Amino acid sequence: MTHEEIKQTLLQRLKSIAPDTEPGQLQPDDNIRQTLGIDSFDYLQFIVALDEQFGIETPEEDYGKIQTLRELMVYVGARVKP
Amino acid sequence: MLEYKMPSLGADMESGFLREWRVKPGDKIRKGDIIAEVETQKGIVEIEVFDEGVIGELLVGADEQVPVGRSMATILTEAEAAGKTPEPAKAVTEKTMAPPHHIRSSPLARKIAAEKGIDIAAIQGTGPEGAVTRDDVEHALAAQAAPPAAALAKHKEVEPARPEEKPVTPAVEAPPTAPKEPAKATVTSAESIRMAVAAAMSKSNREVPHYYLETRIDMRPALTWLAEANKQRPVKERLLPAVLLVKAVAKALNDVPELNAWWEDGLQRKESINVGYVVALRTGGIMVPTIHEADTKSLDEIMLALNDLIPRARALRLRSSELADSTITVTSLGEGGVETVFGVIYPPQVALVGFGGITEQPWAENGMLTVRPILTATLAADHRASDGSTGSKFLNAIKTYLQHPDKL
Repeated sequence: MTHEEIKQTLLQRLKSIAPDTEPGQLQPDDNIRQTLGIDSFDYLQFIVALDEQFGIETPEEDYGKIQTLRELMVYVGARVKP
Repeated sequence: MLEYKMPSLGADMESGFLREWRVKPGDKIRKGDIIAEVETQKGIVEIEVFDEGVIGELLVGADEQVPVGRSMATILTEAEAAGKTPEPAKAVTEKTMAPPHHIRSSPLARKIAAEKGIDIAAIQGTGPEGAVTRDDVEHALAAQAAPPAAALAKHKEVEPARPEEKPVTPAVEAPPTAPKEPAKATVTSAESIRMAVAAAMSKSNREVPHYYLETRIDMRPALTWLAEANKQRPVKERLLPAVLLVKAVAKALNDVPELNAWWEDGLQRKESINVGYVVALRTGGIMVPTIHEADTKSLDEIMLALNDLIPRARALRLRSSELADSTITVTSLGEGGVETVFGVIYPPQVALVGFGGITEQPWAENGMLTVRPILTATLAADHRASDGSTGSKFLNAIKTYLQHPDKL
């Protein structure tokens, strides 16, 4: 999966969790939750969706490492199966 | 025979627009069945019935404005229904039938179609008498991108029925129809929600003598327990701290039932503990869906309930019981970074619990100073219904439960 494919998948997932937001306008270092107004329930659903989509498992202690689009892409990119 | 009346879905609600019947005369109904969709300031609400029986007559037609308390339908017992063939609701059907050339559609459908620039005349309606409903418009939008020309053609179709478009048959014994809301098309759902919140909060501040109490809670036991519990769980089954808070409030109400009540012509204690959980809408305003009987639910069940309710609250798709049954409200503003919340009670309830964020703070215990994750919990309570000592007992009960999360 390419860098761009991961990004597009992340944005689609964010849009499906929070349809009234515009994830496409996120800058790489924006805090996703603060910028889009996503609460902890939405964010947990987002993590669930990511795990299912990419076949990864995200432990709770890693939530703090994936606050921005850039962090998410690095995190997912390092774990997703080729 | 029973009458089903337009329910009140909040202190601010005076009437609602019937958008769609989900039942017809002769249909058997059971408690909890959804019989209609009603549009309120808080979106489209699925109206549930709380009796068993057979639908007798439908007394109002689609798109009628129905005041709270007006009869909407009759419900017969099985025996009554067996002795009488249910008659179709002629008066309603005929009254609401429009001439063939007029395209029937709900105001919401017209509004969405107008906003999206889609020609409502081209949409196949599935509502009563083939009326175009909101779902029909949404399906049409999903199925095709509306051509720009449609926006020009739509205006004739979206206009309300003209006065000369009389019903085919005069209405017989039908309740008077309230005027259609002319300003509807210009009011966005965000504005409508804002007005609903404004009405309820103004009523509260006008009528309810609030008193406020506050306490700080050491959340180390709860957070430690939660982190351990979540390690054993797949991501889908993980719990969030808010679930512990809701359960602690519900259990504390078992100990202090004076606060699980409504104030309506005096104090009315409620048996079921139904916790309203405030959901902030990203477009502004709030919705407060109900977690029914939260004291009897496990933490997992409360998590499931919130995962179900929060997205539907944001989409303005809640059921009547989820809007009207709360016996207390919980608002948690911690994620926004504030420490303390002093809330406004949602009438006719008599108490609201506010939770701020969990932040590391100095904490003195057993003569030692340390740093702990601290949560500030507040109570806004109605002084007509309770006094400070009761409120204090309640906040202390919440605190105690959060020190023993394994027992929640």
